Amino acid sequence: MAQLPTKNEQRSWPGKIPLTSLYTVGTGGQIFFHALKTQGKLIGTRCNPCEQVYLPARSFCERCFAELTEQVEVKRTGRLVSYTISYVDHDGARLRRPTALGLVQLEGATTLILHYLLSVDDSTEVKIGCRVETVIKPKAKRIGSILDIEGFRVVS
Amino acid sequence: MKSEPEPNLVRGTPLHEKPLRQGKTFTITYTPKLRYEWDMGQAIGRYLAELKEGRLIARACRKCERVMIPPRMFCERCFRPTDEWVYLKDTGKIFTFSLCYVSWNVKRLKQPEVPAVIEIDGASPGMGILHVVKRIAPKKVRIGMAVQAVWKPKPERIGSVTDIAYWEPIKK
Amino acid sequence: MSRRKVAVVGAGMTKFMRRALETPKELAWLAAKSALDSAEMKLDQIDCVVLGSAPDAFDGLHMKGEYLSDGCGGWKKPYLRCYVGGGTGVYAVAQAWFQVASGLFDTALVVCEEKMSSCLPHPQAAFLTIFDHITEQPLKPNLLWIFALEQTRYMQTYGIALEDIARVSVKNKRNALGHPAAQLGADLTIKEVLASEVMAWPVHRLMVSPTSDGAAAVVLAAEETARRICDRPAWIQGVGWCLDTAYWTNRDLAYPEYVEKAAWMAYRTAGIREPRKEINIAEPYDPFAYKELHHLEGLQLAPKGQAPRLLADGVFERNGDLPVTPSGGLLGVGNPIAAAGLMKICELFWQLRGEAGTRQVPGKPERGVAQAWGDLMQVGTVVVMGTKEPA
Repeated sequence: MAQLPTKNEQRSWPGKIPLTSLYTVGTGGQIFFHALKTQGKLIGTRCNPCEQVYLPARSFCERCFAELTEQVEVKRTGRLVSYTISYVDHDGARLRRPTALGLVQLEGATTLILHYLLSVDDSTEVKIGCRVETVIKPKAKRIGSILDIEGFRVVS
Repeated sequence: MKSEPEPNLVRGTPLHEKPLRQGKTFTITYTPKLRYEWDMGQAIGRYLAELKEGRLIARACRKCERVMIPPRMFCERCFRPTDEWVYLKDTGKIFTFSLCYVSWNVKRLKQPEVPAVIEIDGASPGMGILHVVKRIAPKKVRIGMAVQAVWKPKPERIGSVTDIAYWEPIKK
Repeated sequence: MSRRKVAVVGAGMTKFMRRALETPKELAWLAAKSALDSAEMKLDQIDCVVLGSAPDAFDGLHMKGEYLSDGCGGWKKPYLRCYVGGGTGVYAVAQAWFQVASGLFDTALVVCEEKMSSCLPHPQAAFLTIFDHITEQPLKPNLLWIFALEQTRYMQTYGIALEDIARVSVKNKRNALGHPAAQLGADLTIKEVLASEVMAWPVHRLMVSPTSDGAAAVVLAAEETARRICDRPAWIQGVGWCLDTAYWTNRDLAYPEYVEKAAWMAYRTAGIREPRKEINIAEPYDPFAYKELHHLEGLQLAPKGQAPRLLADGVFERNGDLPVTPSGGLLGVGNPIAAAGLMKICELFWQLRGEAGTRQVPGKPERGVAQAWGDLMQVGTVVVMGTKEPA
């Protein structure tokens, strides 16, 4: 029988995997983030045969594989398809303030977009299907990031 | 049926440093927290505990008659548990080596590191471990050279392969 | 044998680049679309999709296979990802071959993609975990160590000179000048290769393939479907793969036994008895100059230790007796890990059809072998393709 380590001896080896990633947003992403940063607009791309408008803009249709070149400006308003309120961070520790997230279909797009639900906590009444509006940061604060969008605000 | 892609049909947009630095190309940088506690298992647990004591240990399989280092609780050839612990010497022979001028974090080194696979005396032929060789002019390192482990002083040993600081040629 | 015959009927790839603007998904789509277009097929004619891509760490995407699926045409289709490190590009074709040969599917799309530029500060960092986390990483190893250690052993065992190794870089980078997707085609001399800086002796910089972003794709089809789609299909005559132990310090690194075993598995199915005589083109995996020679010996295309001499004698040039790496390989075209292996399959497709442009091997080649390698110096993956239908 092998000699098992006693309580005082090491049983496991601690380590890290050091990894930093640099992601480009891609050709579709360049269209979306450029319009968001410089004009505060939400741009999707249309595939006519598949009757889809993808938001954020994509360079190809996943359904029929066509190259997408027709850009569509999507409205800032839409409806809430689903939501949740998160109480823990990704290490499992309790958040000081719960975070609300919404899955939204903006008018003009066929895809859903995920972002923060603003001014919502567990005391707020949120109804699936309610109207929401995208809140976009002022131009000076926009850098070409998904966080140029503050989140969605429930419109009463 | 079309033929091979002509040069202008091969697509892909090379990205150069300038648009990246100028912020014209949007990017996101992310460093995930990847921290681990790897369970050592019985074989490596004992291997490291013995290194702390200044000893090299192997496992033997009676069926294929191999004495194996690093030790393992099952023989990967016979697919059965290995049979016994075997202490080895802390000497060996260089099986292969390199002179590396680039560090682990991609920095240029003036003096090369000499990584080597060292066949340990007492184990089966060809049974080697990865380690580093020092105290020899890089140009003089040879396959087959006899080497000796140089241990860290006992208080500095923690139960790691680095409890052997390096290997050096055996002085005749 | 009741297996169906399967052929490659279309191929496509992106440029191989140091860094691409495109996301991994977009790269996959560009290659997949290009392959479909070459076969004049639409996505809905594809029955299943096989993706090959190496460690998630390069692209920095967990569950890379799932992420890439819609760029690979996998939307709502039977889709699988396979992975054997650098061996993936050729292995993915073997995987797709099963799917079609089994009779379950008539057509398959195989896509391989890698975006190594995402990895900072250098893709080498993602490779560090190839070393054992407990018994090797504390030594702060550099990835170059393993290849240099293997190259030293190979050279010393057979008395090979560094000039002979450098000759591979010269040949492949020159061959790559004729490849539209090439990242590093160049006209070099042996002297220039040896003058490049020593990374880890005996490996010089110009003996190492670059890290790259890129994707490649092929379309496979069975029997009547293949003959209907394609005027000259490239039939898959044999597939093979084999893995050696992960205890790489317990092996003699001078000879890749795992490549030999994979090769014979493929050759047996293809009915090949004398590989050196029956194969017209070879595309062995060449991430390092010495590996091409190492692999040629494993592939039974040169006796042990003799590949360097045959190369020096001109046997492996494009107009030689056995052209090797007419594509320009990883050294010349680029090395986006999985896509690099599939690039070699694409090359055989174009060569067998006489469509390889300025890279075309003369004499109407009828049969070629593509081989890839990877993991911890462990895996050999082999595919034999030819103009004749398998028996």
